[in-house]
Amino acid sequence: MASQQQAPAIKGAKVLMVGAGGIGCELLKTLALSGFQDIHIIDMDTIEVSNLNRQFLFRQSHVGQSKAKVARDAVLRFRPDISITPYHANVKDPDFNVDFFKQFNVVLNGLDNLDARRHVNRLCLAADVPLVESGTTGFLGQVTVHVKGKTECYECQPKPAPKTYPVCTITSTPSKFVHCIVWAKDLLFAKLFGDKNQDNDLNVRSSDAASSSEHANDVFEPNKDEDIEQYGRRIYDHVFGYNIEIALSNEETWRNRNRPRPIYIRDVLPGESVQQNGNAERMPLPDDPLSVSAMASLCLKNPQDIWSLMENSRIFLEALKLFFSRRKKEIGNLSFDKDDQLAVEFVTAAANIRAASFGIPLHSLFEAKGIAGNIVHAVATTNAIISGLIVIEAIKVLRNDANSYRMTYCLEHPSRKMLLMPVEPFEPNKSCYVCSETPLSLEINTHRSKLRDIVEKIVKAKLGMSLPLVMHGSALLYEVGDDLDDDMVANYAANLDKVLSELPSPVTGGTILTVEDLQQELSCNINIKHREEFDEEKEPEGMLLSGWTQAPAVENKNTNVANGASTSSSCQAVPLETEEDDELVMLPAGSDSSGKKRKISDVSTTAISDLSTAADEKRSKKRVDELDDDGEAVVMLEDGNADIGKGLQ
Amino acid sequence: MDGGEELTEQETALYDRQIRVWGVDAQRRLSKSHILVSGLKGTVVEFCKNIVLAGVGSLTLNDDREVTEETLAANFLIPADENAFDGRSIAELCCDSLKDFNPMVRVSVKKGDLSSFGADFFDKFNVVVISCCSLATKRMVNESCRKLSKRVAFYTVDCRDSCGEIFVDLQNYTYSKKKLDETVECQLKYPSFEEAIAIPWRSLPKRVSKLYFAMRVVERFEEVERRKPGETSISDLSNVLKLRKELCLAHLLYAMQSLNESQIPDALLERLIAVTREFPPVCAVVGGILGQEVIKALSGKGDPLKNFFFYDAVDGKGIIEDISNS
Repeated sequence: MASQQQAPAIKGAKVLMVGAGGIGCELLKTLALSGFQDIHIIDMDTIEVSNLNRQFLFRQSHVGQSKAKVARDAVLRFRPDISITPYHANVKDPDFNVDFFKQFNVVLNGLDNLDARRHVNRLCLAADVPLVESGTTGFLGQVTVHVKGKTECYECQPKPAPKTYPVCTITSTPSKFVHCIVWAKDLLFAKLFGDKNQDNDLNVRSSDAASSSEHANDVFEPNKDEDIEQYGRRIYDHVFGYNIEIALSNEETWRNRNRPRPIYIRDVLPGESVQQNGNAERMPLPDDPLSVSAMASLCLKNPQDIWSLMENSRIFLEALKLFFSRRKKEIGNLSFDKDDQLAVEFVTAAANIRAASFGIPLHSLFEAKGIAGNIVHAVATTNAIISGLIVIEAIKVLRNDANSYRMTYCLEHPSRKMLLMPVEPFEPNKSCYVCSETPLSLEINTHRSKLRDIVEKIVKAKLGMSLPLVMHGSALLYEVGDDLDDDMVANYAANLDKVLSELPSPVTGGTILTVEDLQQELSCNINIKHREEFDEEKEPEGMLLSGWTQAPAVENKNTNVANGASTSSSCQAVPLETEEDDELVMLPAGSDSSGKKRKISDVSTTAISDLSTAADEKRSKKRVDELDDDGEAVVMLEDGNADIGKGLQ
Repeated sequence: MDGGEELTEQETALYDRQIRVWGVDAQRRLSKSHILVSGLKGTVVEFCKNIVLAGVGSLTLNDDREVTEETLAANFLIPADENAFDGRSIAELCCDSLKDFNPMVRVSVKKGDLSSFGADFFDKFNVVVISCCSLATKRMVNESCRKLSKRVAFYTVDCRDSCGEIFVDLQNYTYSKKKLDETVECQLKYPSFEEAIAIPWRSLPKRVSKLYFAMRVVERFEEVERRKPGETSISDLSNVLKLRKELCLAHLLYAMQSLNESQIPDALLERLIAVTREFPPVCAVVGGILGQEVIKALSGKGDPLKNFFFYDAVDGKGIIEDISNS
């Protein structure tokens, strides 16, 4: 591994880095120090304050600028003679096509989301360029090598799905704080400040049609004769009082649950008006709408504090008032943003009031922000370690040293004395729909489901194609692109709304559909099987895709006692792409003699998921043992440490 | 916990993502910690970056050497502009860049030779990290830290070729950790560097990393030959192999049935003496682990490493070895 021997391979190499964030900054620095001379780097993001604790190439003065460009300039200060080409762009842009990828000797990923990782994986396969993939969360990290035909591709193993919650849990029967956050963010916030035309399950509808229509229709619109203070109190009473009363009237729901407590503003803040408590009127008004803050108005400073019900109620009313008084223009177009202070305050307060109602512990704004904003835990040290490991693998790839490729896990607690655990890479999965040509199979009701269902729920959502094309034999059923003429666009739009069996080229049981993404150069076949009935609870999508595997959902869905009075649709899933906070238990409970369960954060965005299934652990144990050819650690340690292999024996 | 001061708004915003990893209390303790580093090679530079970003209270740099091509090789803190050097030491040049990384950390330079500092000097710090120094200096600084009434955590770190070694001495260390739902107090008793390396090899557990032995041979070689740290070449191989034999005899390695000189392979020793330059990816890895360990020790969160860590990019393993009598 002496650096001299590697010099030619490194110097002549042209490498593409995707991502100039936490891993990217470290990686660019380590590549430059290691002697790489031609580095291209893509990142669409701009710099934020919360990046500065680890993305060390950036300073306060760079906030708002392109990460790729600032990173380049920073590295050129200590390595002025190398070439770094930045692209402030999305890696999914059509410019970054297969030909673009073909110019590189190796691609190095430092990404933060599953979608982009899958995209890059497909382009690397199509361009036949090796990929070194990485991911970190907190103290955990992983580096893997993906070389077409030699090792598995990024998609050969299932990745954990974004966590979803049944709508009923969110609207009627929350049992965890995260359910209250989803309710506050996706339902209440969206209803009050977002697009009014969006479907919204906020209202618990009563079987009593009269009261339902009376309350459900325009209850969220301010009345002409009320001021903003009265409006806020009315909304408060409606969502935390009235709606809970309605829910309580459905006895069936509460047979095996704790009954929630309706909360009315008059009980929490009797006879009090927010104006008398807040200093809003006296405070100088900030110019930047994003710095308007209810906490500031109410003199609450510490985001780590857990507010009382009373404080939450004041924040709720104050935030609502500030939205209507200071940010009126945005109402109707707002969507939740973790960097929008007022939005975070409103969601925290609303979630806490709801939590109080359901007997769920309240949380601080800091915690609520993490949950609502899907904020990933991140520290500099793990990113630095991972960047070093990426470069070590990249050099092996450049030297074509296939026998020494390793996937390496960076662990928080040692396993068999190891904090850095190398594992031999796995062979390609022969039935992977991405890197092998194995067809998928789809069970669907071809007389009822529409082409749109397949395009949206399967091709885009599950197969991760962004510019899909659907063919039946030689007949094109659907495609997208800039170069289509109007007739074709109209034709495809019409097809989307047709039932499968009524398409110009009918799709029925036994049909083989071909779906392609021209940018990713990925093509796969789907065998269609007709099926009449689907279980609304278990198969809410009304179809079942196989040959495509998704890790088991993490959330232990409580059996939903369907809200008998509810007329809302059955329990669909509300996705919450939580990237932190919820932890996957890696080992089956009780399998670990020390009782020290090893957990790994459920990060849909990191490749760490490879560690997350028992099957994988068995594989890694096997491979670890095989690696011990020097006899160093063949014997399992007997110290009772959490041990990936041992736990499963 | 210690101190009731709250983090400022600025700190909360800057450290948001890491507070989500280790909590506010840990962050508060970090911001009150003082760290000394000596020997600014690539691995220590990586460590400095990590610890400044993490938000320690202060960092003091000690390295009077002037910039050479070799020091630049694994150092990203020194701008390439030669005019900027202006006779300034490595520590002074690194200091400027590190200040820039995080204005909330006080970074300063301490001139002078590490071995000339008295024990009271070390009393100002919570953590002392030394690199590329002689065996005698390691012992001396470690003992100085141990003599103080308060606990000063002591670390040494060295990287050669694709290998790295960290040694940790936290003396008597108590920390709390979560076990299932309850928090339990844990106690660890660390040996000093001198005590650890004096433990006869025959009484060490089986399968101790080969790097442990190899590093001891090289370290001893530099001492008996009065070399500066890292001042070795391939031409020393025969003498190093001779020394290996002597050390194995002294530690009665021969007496063990399964262990012999091959526990310290020629090829490994050859790598360690022939390529004394650091390999930047290894600096990133070892400097990252060291940063993590110092954060753990300062914040009292998580199991600290006891008491050696080894990494070799050739096999890719990052291994913890407990070299102690307890």
